Amino acid sequence: MNKLSTVNATLPSQQLFNRRGWTGFLLAAIVLFLLVPVANLVLPKGSAFALSDYSVALVGKIMCYAIVALAMDLIWGYTGILSLGHGLFFALGGYAMGMYLMRSIGHDGVYQSDLPDFMVFLNWKEYPWYWHGTQHFWYALALVILVPAIIAYVFGFFAFRSRIKGVYFSIITQALTFAAMLLFFRNDTGFGGNNGFTDFKRILGFPIATQATRMALFVLTGAVLLGTLLLGRYIVTSKLGRVLTAIRDAESRIMFCGYNPVNYKLFIWTLSAVICGIAGALYVPQVGIVNPSEMSPANSIEIAIWVAVGGRGSLIGGLLGAGIVNGAKSFFTQAFPEYWLFFLGAIFILVTLFLPRGVIGLLDKRKQSKA
Amino acid sequence: MRTYITIRLLSCLALLGAQIVYAMTPEQVSTLAFGESDQKLVVINALVAAGDDSALPLLQSLAAGQVQTVEGKRVLIVRGGEVLDGVTGKPVSPVPENVEDVIVNNRIRGELAAAIGALRLTSKDQATRLQAAEELARSADESLLPLISRALANETDTNLKNRLKLVEATLQLKSKDAAVRLAAVKMLAESDNPNTQTLLAGLLEKHAAAYVESDAAIRAAAEQSLKAVRARLAWGERLGQVFTGVSLGSILLLAALGLAITYGLMGVINMAHGELIMVGAYTTYVVQNLFRSYAPGAFDWYLPVAVPAAFLSAGLVGALLERCVIRFLYGRPLETLLATWGISLILIQTVRTVFGAQNVQVENPVWMSGGVQFLSNVVLPYSRIVIIGFAAFVVVAVWLMLSRTRLGLFVRSVTQNRAMASCVGVPTARVDTLAFALGSGIAGLAGCALSQIGNVGPDLGQSYIVDSFMVVVLGGVGQLAGTVYAGLGLGIANKFLEGWSGAVLAKIIVLAFIIIFIQKRPQGLFALKGRTVET
Repeated sequence: MNKLSTVNATLPSQQLFNRRGWTGFLLAAIVLFLLVPVANLVLPKGSAFALSDYSVALVGKIMCYAIVALAMDLIWGYTGILSLGHGLFFALGGYAMGMYLMRSIGHDGVYQSDLPDFMVFLNWKEYPWYWHGTQHFWYALALVILVPAIIAYVFGFFAFRSRIKGVYFSIITQALTFAAMLLFFRNDTGFGGNNGFTDFKRILGFPIATQATRMALFVLTGAVLLGTLLLGRYIVTSKLGRVLTAIRDAESRIMFCGYNPVNYKLFIWTLSAVICGIAGALYVPQVGIVNPSEMSPANSIEIAIWVAVGGRGSLIGGLLGAGIVNGAKSFFTQAFPEYWLFFLGAIFILVTLFLPRGVIGLLDKRKQSKA
Repeated sequence: MRTYITIRLLSCLALLGAQIVYAMTPEQVSTLAFGESDQKLVVINALVAAGDDSALPLLQSLAAGQVQTVEGKRVLIVRGGEVLDGVTGKPVSPVPENVEDVIVNNRIRGELAAAIGALRLTSKDQATRLQAAEELARSADESLLPLISRALANETDTNLKNRLKLVEATLQLKSKDAAVRLAAVKMLAESDNPNTQTLLAGLLEKHAAAYVESDAAIRAAAEQSLKAVRARLAWGERLGQVFTGVSLGSILLLAALGLAITYGLMGVINMAHGELIMVGAYTTYVVQNLFRSYAPGAFDWYLPVAVPAAFLSAGLVGALLERCVIRFLYGRPLETLLATWGISLILIQTVRTVFGAQNVQVENPVWMSGGVQFLSNVVLPYSRIVIIGFAAFVVVAVWLMLSRTRLGLFVRSVTQNRAMASCVGVPTARVDTLAFALGSGIAGLAGCALSQIGNVGPDLGQSYIVDSFMVVVLGGVGQLAGTVYAGLGLGIANKFLEGWSGAVLAKIIVLAFIIIFIQKRPQGLFALKGRTVET
């Protein structure tokens, strides 16, 4: 069904990275952990090399998206399962973190109550049961991982067991995130309805809006991004990765060889959801808001286009794609907000028609023609 | 809205009153303005007894505090910017100075309200009478009982008579005489008015250990009447739900029918399907505007033009899409999905740029507004009835096209075995384009229908795309009959759940059900039987 074999004909190498890969990786680490903090915190504002807070926030946001793109590439690029519901896991992670952040507002809300403002507004007297324990940071972290994991596992278990694949799977994941969005839009669900969570004040006792806290979040996001990249590389270069690629290219054949694709799919699907959840948890304190529109089908489908633009089945492609599309988005929505959707739509069409291997494919082609 | 209508009606009445000669004598008018409270009451009662509704404007003005006097002699009605003479009802100019307001005390105010109600009940105008009866049904007290009984005796219209009977029974329930109350309770059993339920249930309530109704026999009778009324109303409600369910289902069906061709038969995942619906709706909007500017006389008949226009425009857009994008992606469903999503974004932004981001107004033709009063608590709007009929028509037409025409034969042959069809000379590429255009055109028809009952805006398509895919997936791919059953079934299920759990939860439950259902039967309700590993 998936004619991706032409897309990624070359076998992935067995090393984690080659020499050039490691050099790039180290350079990225130096930039993220050393240069950016210095440029933002140490250098004076007017200096030519100083980074504004706005750019740090923007890059931090895009790095969160890049983590999601990595997760998407694992499930779509390598295993051939197009999920249109990854926005749901991203939002769930964000909401789990948001619950902790809401509770650490304490009495500083508009109504100065024990409860978040939206609950006061609904005239609720106490936290609903699923809010219990969310004042503890470690518990919120556990939720960030467990909630997407459990939902993805249960959903995936039934879907893969009944051999739902291809477009069917895409459509029901879309229905899943759509249903969740409707659910979270309700005020009675207990997650702030339309407005979601916002107006956070502090995280782990530190005020959330200061430059230092933001930089700490930025560095943390960078570390998670690089860690996810390493993990991804580890998976796709392992034997497990080979099986996943085989599932993508010829699922029946791998079944006849004695593998049970369900377990493999379920593993990578759940892992991918968890990575998305972590990205969401990093995203929310940096952006300062989470609301149900994160779960809209449009958002999830956009994740797919990041990966498609960068190049499927290459991990780095996902990073590039998330950067290119979101960079273009923040440029367009400021400069020509009218034309952003035209541009995005055109990307969708042109990339699928003319760039089946994305930007990475273009680069490779140039390299080959030179050689 | 109702108060607005009331005000309009009252002012119309007042204008009428201004033209006719008053039946009231000048003495009566001056007593109403200057007399003692008791004298005023006598006059009011006399006016009611005479049953002449030409006294209404003055009484209404009096109740509204719009009557003024000049130096203890002349009586004026001051309403808006207009000043009328209280006796002759003719406009007064120049407006005299030194006017004083006539203050009405609470006792008189109550009497006035009753008198106005009573006079309107005996009005010659049937609409006024009906309105008065409706108002009395909400707020009436026992003192009006004789009036209502008298109006009832003179009333000829059956509908009004039923209303009045109900009002009468309501008042009789407050009577001190147990026999009267019992009779009233038994009378109410024949009512089909939803308000009767609360009325009867109110009797059975307990306030501080004592029943509102002290007589046990009456309570028993009330319980029986309540049961009878509830049973009658429950039928109406159920029928109403089935009707709205069928109506929602036919809309889902229209939205999904095009998809059943493009996705179900051709296997193209068209995420821009919703936007093709939107194109149809906006075409209807444009046709409507053209009619308004160039043929206002024929405005009511813009729909017969809009229907083919919507079909053609959406079909044309569909054909373009197929030629320019989709045909390069056959056999790559996931890529098709992404590319068509891109198309949908571009279509949405185009519509936003051309027509603006706000919803546009599509007006129903006059013959589609209003509805049939089916039962007392069920009104079937004409617009919905027309859409159900339209959906049935489209289904039959598509079925005939697929099963009886040459193009239909070609479409089916290409679906079943593309290579073989091509070998025997079927122009497969052209058939693809035509079939896709047909599916898109049907989406346009759906948009035309939707514009008559919902909002038309750039996001119109987005709200239908998930639903339409669900219908097709549930019904089974490649099956028109499945789409019909799934569309209607989902519509009815949705409406029944809505009554039980609210609109949003109902939608979530339905989605969850479909997700679970697909796990059980990935091929949908009506799957073609086959033996393949890959689907």
